[in-house]
Amino acid sequence: MDDNLAALREQAAAAIDAASNVDALKDVYTSLFGQRGRLTHLLRAIGQRPAAERRERGAELNRIKEEIAQAITQRHTVLEAAAWDAEIAERIDVTLPPRPSPSGLIHPISRTIAEIEAIFGALGFSVAEGPEIEDDWRNFGALNIPEHHPARQDMDTFYLPGRRDGRRRVLRTHTSPGQIRTMTSRPPPYRVIVPGRTYRADHDATHSPMFHQVEGLAVDRAITLGHLKGCLIDFLRAFFDKPLLPVRFRASYFPFTEPSMEVDIGWNRQTGEIGAESDWLEILGSGMVHPRVLANCGVDPREWQGFAFGMGIERVTMLKHGITDLRPFFESDLRWLRHYGFSPLRPPILHEGLGG
Amino acid sequence: MKVSLAWLRTHLETWEPLARIVETLSAIGLEVESATDRGAELASFRIAEVLEAAPHPNAERLRACRVETGTGIVSVVCGAPNARTGMKAVFAPPGSVIPATGLVLKSSHIRGVESAGMLLSEREMRLGDDHAGIVELPADAPVGESYARWAGLDDPVIEVAVTPNRGDALSVRGIARDLAAAGLGRLKPWAAPPVPPAFASPLAWATTWPEACPFVLGRTLRGLRNGPSPRRLAERLEAIGLRPINALVDITNFFTFDLGRPLHVFDASKISGPVLTMRRGRGETFRALNGRDVTPGAEDCVIADASGVVSLAGIVGGEPTGCDDRTAAIFLECALFDPVRIADTGRRLGILSDARARFERGIDVALMPDAVEAATGMILELCGGEASEVVSAGAPPAWRRTATLRFSRLAGLGGLAVPPAEAIGILERLGFTPERHDAASVTVAVPPWRNDIAGRVSLDVAPGFLPAKAARMRDAVVAIEPEADLVEEVLRIRGLDCVPPVSLPPLLAVPAPSLASAAAPIEHARRLLAARGLIECVGFSFLAAGQAALFGGAPESLRLENPIAADLDQMRPTPLASLALAAGRNAARGFPDLALFEIGPAFLEGAPDEQRIMAAGLRSGATPRSWIEPARPCDAFDAKADAFALLAALGVPAESLRITAPGPACFHPGRSGLIGQGPTLRLGRFGEIHPRVVAALGLPRPAVAFEVFLDAVPEPRRPGRRNPPELSPFQPLSRDFAFVLDESVPAGRVLCAARGAERNLIAGVTLFDVFAGPAVGAGKKSLGIEVIFQPRERTLTDAEIEAACRKVVAAVAKATGARLRG
Repeated sequence: MDDNLAALREQAAAAIDAASNVDALKDVYTSLFGQRGRLTHLLRAIGQRPAAERRERGAELNRIKEEIAQAITQRHTVLEAAAWDAEIAERIDVTLPPRPSPSGLIHPISRTIAEIEAIFGALGFSVAEGPEIEDDWRNFGALNIPEHHPARQDMDTFYLPGRRDGRRRVLRTHTSPGQIRTMTSRPPPYRVIVPGRTYRADHDATHSPMFHQVEGLAVDRAITLGHLKGCLIDFLRAFFDKPLLPVRFRASYFPFTEPSMEVDIGWNRQTGEIGAESDWLEILGSGMVHPRVLANCGVDPREWQGFAFGMGIERVTMLKHGITDLRPFFESDLRWLRHYGFSPLRPPILHEGLGG
Repeated sequence: MKVSLAWLRTHLETWEPLARIVETLSAIGLEVESATDRGAELASFRIAEVLEAAPHPNAERLRACRVETGTGIVSVVCGAPNARTGMKAVFAPPGSVIPATGLVLKSSHIRGVESAGMLLSEREMRLGDDHAGIVELPADAPVGESYARWAGLDDPVIEVAVTPNRGDALSVRGIARDLAAAGLGRLKPWAAPPVPPAFASPLAWATTWPEACPFVLGRTLRGLRNGPSPRRLAERLEAIGLRPINALVDITNFFTFDLGRPLHVFDASKISGPVLTMRRGRGETFRALNGRDVTPGAEDCVIADASGVVSLAGIVGGEPTGCDDRTAAIFLECALFDPVRIADTGRRLGILSDARARFERGIDVALMPDAVEAATGMILELCGGEASEVVSAGAPPAWRRTATLRFSRLAGLGGLAVPPAEAIGILERLGFTPERHDAASVTVAVPPWRNDIAGRVSLDVAPGFLPAKAARMRDAVVAIEPEADLVEEVLRIRGLDCVPPVSLPPLLAVPAPSLASAAAPIEHARRLLAARGLIECVGFSFLAAGQAALFGGAPESLRLENPIAADLDQMRPTPLASLALAAGRNAARGFPDLALFEIGPAFLEGAPDEQRIMAAGLRSGATPRSWIEPARPCDAFDAKADAFALLAALGVPAESLRITAPGPACFHPGRSGLIGQGPTLRLGRFGEIHPRVVAALGLPRPAVAFEVFLDAVPEPRRPGRRNPPELSPFQPLSRDFAFVLDESVPAGRVLCAARGAERNLIAGVTLFDVFAGPAVGAGKKSLGIEVIFQPRERTLTDAEIEAACRKVVAAVAKATGARLRG
């Protein structure tokens, strides 16, 4: 080994030892193995030697090269470990709060409507809509509620000035005009629900001048009152998530159905528990569509029959979630909304379950 | 309609307990609103005699009484000032519960004197408000007897909510008939023996308006002694909340409730004879029995004598011709009125009465002669005297009609195959008379009191039906409605709970989506906005016209004629108005930092159906305080971000939008914009709320908002097969540019020009700096943008990169006059 090589070996070893961090070591590596590195230079110079020396010189250089490379690798391992140790010595206060990311919420009314749409969707119903400013034919006349009918007075209708198509303009008092719009827009059969805003001139602890209803209509050639009962029982049990929810049907009267029925569910008056068998709670009105309503819309009642129902959205929402007061639904009090709102990332999807 | 159990039992032979009667009534369509058995809580109280009421030895205000209870003499300490020796009182023994307080009474010693019971006041028994002293009973009250029984308070009272179709159920007999039909007993026969006429009636009827009053009966009775009703009648009326007046009036009230047959008695001496006429009103005013002056018009039917109007027909009688204790002769009225006219008049004049409630629902036409005889008999029994012949005017209208039931329809419509014999039995018990009957069907005569069955068919067909179609629809209803009426009768009596529920047959094995393609994005929008941190509100659709005007419109055509309150009279032009009101309320409660949204109707003149569906969001105040990043006030770009995120989620990319300034008037004119697409499509707007609106509604500052017309958002193409993505193996590279340009040039134009400079190469342009100041010169600004180049086929050479950058600079300069910052 010539002195040059011995010196190189020593100098390299000293430089490797002296490198105090990975970057410095990298510089050492470059100074030896880089394009202009000393080792690279020596290796390149082998070719200029006499042929007899080349072999031995080459072998020697390679040995030194291996040696130095190994030393660098070892040193690298040490330095890297030291760097990590230094890095992980840092401490954050893990109890500090994260960046704020305010979360929004879905109003309970929207939630209930979405649940109703999901369940009735599974029962083959589609969702229809209609305007809230209606004419008094669709809101009353077509539904067999003539001008003098007591039911027409009971409803405390809001009127708007002027006329539309020669009829008085009203804020719809129920979502039943949706029934009429469906039946006058296409031929039967029908399975539709119509959720939406409704209006009656009534304002106290249990009445709001604006509220929400969902109307349902199923018309076909052989739909019976048995289907009405089955459909509503299926819905109520799914909605309240009570497979054994007691449901009772009582005879009643509505101008737009015959026979007409009020529907009660079992609950406990004291605790508000749904599904208890101690008391009955009226929850919706229903019946077989009145022949006059079908005929008013041009659907021959000798060929077609079916059922309709109407349900208060706020009422079932209050029952399902134990909300006791109606008025805050429309007051947009941040505290109430935060308390009763629903996550937008858990929409009612039947295969995930309807629990909010 | 209230009915007491004892009264009900005068028509119904039944021993069913109250609970079962109540349950059955509700099941068959006579919904029970309340059933009160006052007797139950009074059951332990007995009539007692105070043998001695001595001053309490140790208490000035108390008395020590010796009381005979019928089962022994006890000592009672009493604080009532009216307790005195010899009086009859109501005694509560130890162990009984005081109704007013719910406390159980115990024997005790009060200041050293034993008190083994209590003497009760009206209020303690919940029979009235009087608590000044204990109840004092008449001297002949039997000691030891149950107080409730003696006082007639042991009779449970049921209140039924009678539906508008069931005029016949506004009578005790009607309710009894339904109960009997449902198997809860037997309807007792009822008959009114005719009273032979003793003289010719000096008063007669005439009707000049047969459409309003087709038929009326009358009778004069004389030699009467009027006065308080006997206790049995008075108690019967009191039990259902009617105040006894005098025997003659009480008798008419009795029949109103007993048979649902309103009657009226005129004091014959106060009538200017000899004819009472049913006619149109002429604007004359008379004082009605309710103490109010009434002025019937030409559409109101009145009864007039020679002096003028004496009664508002079928609704309320007149005070001047009413009966009092001195009445010795009367003229009895038993009339039939047109239900619609009665309802119209009652509503027009604002008078509710028991008579009106029955006439407007329809009464039993055929009962009129019998009702006259029954009332005559009762008057003669209670008041003595004699009766004239019966006089009449008009003629009874035809009421006989039939209805046919095909038994197969019980299952076919009602879902329950009731055996024919059972169905017929139910109809018979309800008063229907089978006329023809075969294996498949039965035809029944409809009883005269059931005006709701097989009635006249009136349709209100859709506007635009040709006469032939209208006639065909009418024929269909005439053919089928009476049968539906009978199915309903059979089912409600048989019990709707007996109908087996049947799930609807599925239309598809896997159900189709229930939302229409236009409605689904609205749900998506709702979730998107909530996921962005906004809280959903549902606001009233109406607000004060002045508030609506702040948001762009309060047209007369969208103002309610009969608002429930002055501040709820105008349909809102945008849900943003509701949100602003909500923000004001929340700020007033101490919550100024808000992020609210609503998706709902905006009512606009000229819009289809006068309403559009809009999403609106409002942010106010500042972002949350945090150690890690400072709070900052919200600004117009928060609102713009919400709107853009919403539109992007609905398939409208931000690059396709056209933004122009300013927004509409409710926004700050310098800090708001309109969002459009293409030359004409208006999608929404955003910006800071106008300071005038902020001040008017007390909004927290700053307040920013956006509005998006969801019904204007174009439906995205249905996601079908997509082309594979371009996944270049070459790294993108980025270059920054700083442009100086006139302050008035919108930044959007710079971005747009840069983006378009080399479409195949430029993958994105980001504005990262906006700067104005002395360094760039007055009236100038500097924009820093980053451009991302994405090579596709090979790594770019330095020369190619240079060329692309020059293109960017040239394009921006051409579009905006900008130059690269030196």
